[in-house]
Amino acid sequence: MTSRIGPARLRVPDRARKGEIVEIRTMVEHPNESGFRHDNMGRPIPRHIVTSLVCTYNGREVFSAKLHPAVTTNPYMTFFLRATESGTLDFRWEDDQGGVTTASHKIDVTA
Amino acid sequence: MEDLLPLPERDIHDIHDFHGIHDASRRRALQALAAGACFVITRPALATPDDLAVALRETFGDREIRKGRVKLELPRLAENGNVVPATVSVESPMTEQDYVRAIHIFSEKNPLPRILEMRLGPHNGRAVVSARIRMATTQQVLAVAEMNDGSLWSAAVDIDVTVSSCT
Repeated sequence: MTSRIGPARLRVPDRARKGEIVEIRTMVEHPNESGFRHDNMGRPIPRHIVTSLVCTYNGREVFSAKLHPAVTTNPYMTFFLRATESGTLDFRWEDDQGGVTTASHKIDVTA
Repeated sequence: MEDLLPLPERDIHDIHDFHGIHDASRRRALQALAAGACFVITRPALATPDDLAVALRETFGDREIRKGRVKLELPRLAENGNVVPATVSVESPMTEQDYVRAIHIFSEKNPLPRILEMRLGPHNGRAVVSARIRMATTQQVLAVAEMNDGSLWSAAVDIDVTVSSCT
């Protein structure tokens, strides 16, 4: 199986007031095969999971997650972030077969 | 030599009667380990609360995990163990002086006790995270929050699973 990861989908506000706490919703398309399932011939299906998500805000890490096989297909995760300055949120997912996908979102922060 | 035998390989069918087999296998495994033997253990279909205890010790050492400050929201009944929404909220002001450093979600009876670890900081503003997770069977789910002072707080929730995730 080839390493297939992404695309990712983000739900991030385009603008926020300075100091406002905004919700960040993320999802990446990925089979996230747990490694505990068997195919219809009874052979184990090899594990292929997303192992990490890192989010940076203008280059500074603001959230990271380590994922284990008990996360669903198309891993979905949400968290909050305090909007302090206009800039870019960058997201990076990695899987256990070297697959990487990235996404970014610009946020406009007004006083 | 009997003690050195690897554990028998298991599959999903053992879910229904793993309790009995598992105790005997575990005893044998522990004896073998005690003898300093080195061998490959085939992973059982489901973990046990003991595996959870081991994972907790590996992650947090001997630090006390207290109840409280954490709220774990899960459906009371999951008809489909493949997709279970989970939300963890931690009571914390999320200031530079007092914030949640990490949130961990553990399972009691999934094949692996660890589900998810998330690192946070004061820049998050609110210590609330959610994700979608898999549940192999009816069990307890544990959320542990690690504060910046190193203290650990937790919440455990029971969930009934009608259709197991395909473990």
